[in-house]
Amino acid sequence: MLDYLVRRLLYALPILLGVNLLTFALFFMVNTPDDMARIHLGVKRVTPQAIEAWKAEHGYDRPLFINTQATGVDQVTDTLFVDKSLGLFAFDFGMADDGRDIAREIKTRMWPSLAIALPTFLVGLLCYVSFALLLTFFRGSALDRGGVILCVALMSISGLFYVIGGQYLMGKLWHWFPISGWQPGLDAWKFLVMPVVVGLVAGIGDSTRFYRALFLEEMGKDYVRTARAKGLSDLRVLFRHVLGNAMIPILTGVVVVIPRLFLGSLIIESFFGIPGLGSYTIDAIQAQDFAIVRSMVFLGSVLYIVGLVLTDISYTLVDPRVRLE
Amino acid sequence: MKPVLLWSDALLFLLMAGVLVLVWSMRHEDWLRDPWRHVMRSRIGAGSALLLVVFLAVGLLDSLHYRERLPREAGPPGATAQHSGEVLSALDWLLTDLRTRTEKTYSAPLATHLYVKESMKGPDGREVRDYPPLQYPRGHLLGTDKVGQDVLYLSLKSIRTGLLIGSLTTLVMLPFAITLGMAAGYFGGRVDDLIQYVYTTINSIPGVLLIAAAVLVVQAQIEAHPELFDTAAARADVRLLALCAILGITGWTGLARLLRGEVLKLREMEFVQAARAFGVGRLAILSRHLLPNVMHLVLITVVIDFSGLVLAEAVLSYVGVGVDPAMNSFGNMINGARLELAREPVVWWQLAAAFVFMFVLVLAANLFADQVRDALDPRMERKS
Repeated sequence: MLDYLVRRLLYALPILLGVNLLTFALFFMVNTPDDMARIHLGVKRVTPQAIEAWKAEHGYDRPLFINTQATGVDQVTDTLFVDKSLGLFAFDFGMADDGRDIAREIKTRMWPSLAIALPTFLVGLLCYVSFALLLTFFRGSALDRGGVILCVALMSISGLFYVIGGQYLMGKLWHWFPISGWQPGLDAWKFLVMPVVVGLVAGIGDSTRFYRALFLEEMGKDYVRTARAKGLSDLRVLFRHVLGNAMIPILTGVVVVIPRLFLGSLIIESFFGIPGLGSYTIDAIQAQDFAIVRSMVFLGSVLYIVGLVLTDISYTLVDPRVRLE
Repeated sequence: MKPVLLWSDALLFLLMAGVLVLVWSMRHEDWLRDPWRHVMRSRIGAGSALLLVVFLAVGLLDSLHYRERLPREAGPPGATAQHSGEVLSALDWLLTDLRTRTEKTYSAPLATHLYVKESMKGPDGREVRDYPPLQYPRGHLLGTDKVGQDVLYLSLKSIRTGLLIGSLTTLVMLPFAITLGMAAGYFGGRVDDLIQYVYTTINSIPGVLLIAAAVLVVQAQIEAHPELFDTAAARADVRLLALCAILGITGWTGLARLLRGEVLKLREMEFVQAARAFGVGRLAILSRHLLPNVMHLVLITVVIDFSGLVLAEAVLSYVGVGVDPAMNSFGNMINGARLELAREPVVWWQLAAAFVFMFVLVLAANLFADQVRDALDPRMERKS
C-alpha cells in the first residue's frame, strides 16, 4: 500500500511538470512577458522603459528557459520557468497582478466554494442513483420510457437556462431567496439553497441516464440470472447485487471529482455572486491575470491526481479482490 | 458583389464534401448501409435527422459569404470598385426583410407598439408620453432586441456558429484521437506509456481553465495583429476556428482512451494474428484491419460530442472565452439578454428564442445520437 502510494506520488511529478510546461508555453512563449506588460499598461503609448519596469516589478525580467548570462547550473535554474514552477510545487503561488497573495485568497475563498459544491455533489449523487434505480426497477414500463425521454429532454437544455430560470422563479417571482450574493457565517444558507438546487436540476438528465445504462448493463449479466433463479426478489437483486457490482464503475466517475470540489463551479458561482474559487478564476480570466490562472490550473491538476489515487483506494474498499500492489 | 470565402466556410464545405464522398463510396456496401437504414426507419431517427438537415441547410446557406459592392459615387470610371466592409451571406440575402427591418429598441413578439414609452406629439399638438407605434407592426415574429434587431433573424444566424463548433471541433479531434489512441493500444510499451502520459496530463488540467487560458492567448495574439484581417468577420472567423482547434486539442483524450482499450482487445484476435502471420505491415494492419473495426466507436463519439459542444459554446461565450462578442451565437444572445429578466415588464423573448432554438438543435442531435448508437453498437441487440 505504502509502496503504491509512493509510486503514485512519484508518477505525479512528471505530470505536474508537464502541466507546468504546457501552461508556461501558453502564457510565456506565445504571450511573452512584453505582451503581458502591454495588456496591463494599455496598448498605446507604452515606452520600453515602462515595460521593463512592469516586468521587473512582477518578476518577469528573466530569460524563459536558458540564462546565457549566468554560469554553471544557474544557466538553467536562474530562469523564469524554474522560478515560476518551483514556487508552484511548493504551493507558493506568489502575488496576483493586483498585489494580493494568491495562497491567502485561495484559503479564504475555498470555503464558500465547498459549501456549494459539496451539498450539490452529495445530494446529487443520492438523487441520481435513486432515480436510476427506480427506472431500472421499472425497466421497459411506461415509467421507464417516460423517464428516459425526460432525461434526454433535460440534458438538451442549456445549463444557463437552469441558472437564469431558477433565479427568475425562486428569486424574482416567488421571493424565496435573494437572487445572488453571500454572507459569511450561518446566514449563508439563504444564499446556498438556490445554487445547490439549480446545480442539482442541471445534472439530473445526464447522470440519471448514465447510471441507468450502468445498472441495465449489470442486469444483463449471468449472476443476476443466478440470483433470480435462487428466488431472490427483484428488489433484493437490484439493491444487493446490481448496486454492489455497479459500485466500481460508479466510483470511477465519482471519486475523481471529490478533491476538485474545492475549486467550485465557475458558472454557478459567478452567476450567484458567490465569492468562491470559481468566481475568483473567472474574474482572473476576464482580467487576464495569468498568475492566478496558472495557480488554479496547477491546483486543479494536483487535486485531479489526488482524486485518481483516492479512486484506486476506494476500489479496495468496495471490492476485496482489488489489491494495491 | 464580391464572394468571400472565410476559412470556416472552406472547412465546412470540405467537410460536407468529405461526408458526401464517404456516403457515395459506401452506397453498395450492405453491411455499412444497414445500420443507417435502421436509424432512418425509426420514427425518432428519421424525425431528428430531418430537423438536423434543416438546421444544416440554414447553416450552409449562412456560409456562402459575399461583400456588397458600394454604389460608386465619385472617382474616374474604371477605378477599382469599392466593397462594403460588411460580410453578408446567402441567408442574409434571403432574409433581407428581417435583417433591415429594425426598430428603435425592444418590442414584444408580434407587437404593434414599442416596449418603452417616448415623448410624442399628440393629435392636439401637446406632448404626451406613450408607446410609439412600431415601424413594422406585427412584423417581428419573435420580437426585437435592445438595438431593435429582429430576434428570429438573430436566432437563425446563430445556428451556423453552433454547427461549426460542433462539427469542426471533431475534425480537429479525430486525427489526434485515432492515431494516438490506436497507436497506444497496438504498439504498447514505451509508445503506450508516452501517450498515456500525454493524455493524463491534459486530463488533469480542469477543462474550462485550459480552454480559457488558450482562448485568452489567442485573443491577445489576434488583438496584437489587426493588420492580418481585412474585415471584422474574418477576425471573428479566425477566433472561432481557434476555439474549435482548442476544444479539439483538449477534447481528444476520451475517444483516445476508448480506442486504446478496444485496440488492446482486437490486437489479440485471430484475424489480426493471421494478418501478422502473413507478413502484413503494421500500418496496413492498423488502417485496414483495426480501423474499420473501431469505426463505430468513432462515429458514436462524434454524434454524441456534437450536442455537448453546442451547449459548451453558450457557456464559454458567457464566461467570455467563447466566440467573438460581435459574432451571432446562442451564447452571445443569452449573454446579451441575461439582465433583461430584471426589467419590468420582463423582456423574455430573446432569452426564450435562444434557449428554444438551442434546445431543438441539441435535442435533435441527442435523439439522433441515441439512434446511431443503438444501430452501430454491436453490444446492443437489434430487433429487426
